[in-house]
Amino acid sequence: MIKVENLTKRYAGQTAIDNLNFEVGKGEIMGFLGPNGAGKSTTMRILSSFMPPTSGRASIAGFDIFEKSLQARSHLGYMPENVPLYNDMRVTEYLDYRAALKGVPHRRINERVGDVKELCGLKDVEKKLIGALSKGYRQRVGLADALVHEPDLLILDEPTSGLDPNQIRQVRELIKNLGRQHTILLSTHILPEVEMTCSRIIIINKGKIEACDTPENLLGQMRTATGVVLEAKTGNDNGIEELKKIAGVRDVSLTTEEDWQIFSLRAEAGADVRPEVFRLASQRHWAVRALTQRRATLEDVFVEITHADEV
Amino acid sequence: MRKFFTLLTREIRSYFYSPIAYIVLVFFLLVSGVDFYFQVSFMNGRAVPYSVQEAFFNSVFFWFAFVLIFPLITMRLFAEEFKLGTIEPLMTAPVRDWQVVLSKFFGALVFYITLWIPTLLYFVIFQLVTKQPAANSLGAYLGSYLMLLLLGMFYISIGCFASVLTKNQIVAAIVSFCAITLLFFLGLVAFVLQDISSSTRQLLGYFSAIEQMGTLSRGEIDTRPIVLYTSMTILMLVLTHQAFQSRKWRL
Repeated sequence: MIKVENLTKRYAGQTAIDNLNFEVGKGEIMGFLGPNGAGKSTTMRILSSFMPPTSGRASIAGFDIFEKSLQARSHLGYMPENVPLYNDMRVTEYLDYRAALKGVPHRRINERVGDVKELCGLKDVEKKLIGALSKGYRQRVGLADALVHEPDLLILDEPTSGLDPNQIRQVRELIKNLGRQHTILLSTHILPEVEMTCSRIIIINKGKIEACDTPENLLGQMRTATGVVLEAKTGNDNGIEELKKIAGVRDVSLTTEEDWQIFSLRAEAGADVRPEVFRLASQRHWAVRALTQRRATLEDVFVEITHADEV
Repeated sequence: MRKFFTLLTREIRSYFYSPIAYIVLVFFLLVSGVDFYFQVSFMNGRAVPYSVQEAFFNSVFFWFAFVLIFPLITMRLFAEEFKLGTIEPLMTAPVRDWQVVLSKFFGALVFYITLWIPTLLYFVIFQLVTKQPAANSLGAYLGSYLMLLLLGMFYISIGCFASVLTKNQIVAAIVSFCAITLLFFLGLVAFVLQDISSSTRQLLGYFSAIEQMGTLSRGEIDTRPIVLYTSMTILMLVLTHQAFQSRKWRL
């Protein structure tokens, strides 16, 4: 659905994105992650034909964004960051206008606009001025606008920024449902969101792609992929030494909380050392109050990838 | 074409959503109403070699109001879209640059024409009240309104160009005001500088909106201003289109 080849964008004196290559297949929800200024918005603006790349090419639904820009744009629903809207128009009026602009046939406009208002929960505010809407509703108007011409592909630049947790959850559900019929490329800072909604993730940093994989694989590759936390009283035993003898344990660190000792074990990727830890503890008659596995989160992946050179 | 009309409709509507439109309308009607009143009361009981309609379109009042309205109606055209960021959803929809430029130009032109419609009433009322013709011929009406249309097209296209250069509406207004006023006063140079050669004076006369209005409002349809202003409008719109496209490369 999206194909990006050697895409580069240079602003005066600085490179915003550098030689990007990726593809998004039909029906995928692709998450686009990266710290501020990594080049996410730039990439999305190029894909939406808002600005041209310095070099390289990209196509949407098989149409080159430069040579067949109009066709590419009509296959695309784009929601820009911060959702700029005409404040002096009313919600329905704006969506009618956008539908006509995007080539929805005249007799279908009412039906389509009705559908997207329903889908995005805009029925209550359909007669209000856009300027009078709260941030959450503006976001939904932006989303409804992106959907109104039934595009094959949605590009959403931070669809959940500035929303409260309930609204974030609603938008997330909406995106998940949309993912059944549409291909989606979305950027965000909120990592649990990506983990829950996206089938693949691109992590971009300083204009370069650092990782591109499924969330599961990314987590699997992490050095800190699995860790085990044991809270115990080991009496006279040297807990650290004993735990280190277990096969698969790479490293153990210790903190104490009241008179409990809290061991953090780092295991090798893929290894589950909990049964061995339990066996050791019961052999040694340690008092155990907790034995848990700490799963690496996408946040760990993100921090590791984007800050690797600074830590 | 459908997209052009969709854009045009929004442009026209957006005029009537903004308070500026009503302020301009009221201001304009006030000034032109006062103009008409003074012309009529000056001519009352006096023998003058011109008609009410000619006097109305050639007075100082009229020109004063005239040059002021263009910056006001054109400053927001592009600058507002740049400022609000709405240019992004607009240009990522499948529309062509020229469709946007032309829709903004014609949107402003339609608003400009609506400004003038009430002035027709002045002449109707005059004729009803005084039972005398306000103009010497139908051609005189045609000529003066044609001149208004031509000059309006040109000055609006200048305003479009000024607005596409900046995201600040005030800057756009000042640039277009300066450009329009300078062009307008070019025609007055001949009056100010007495000792310039007659060929220079003649050349400047070709550009003098006041002289052209004098001719056309008498009902003499001169083709020179038609060609001049139509071609200048096209030139300015081409420049606007170029400047609008250049935003992509300046980013």
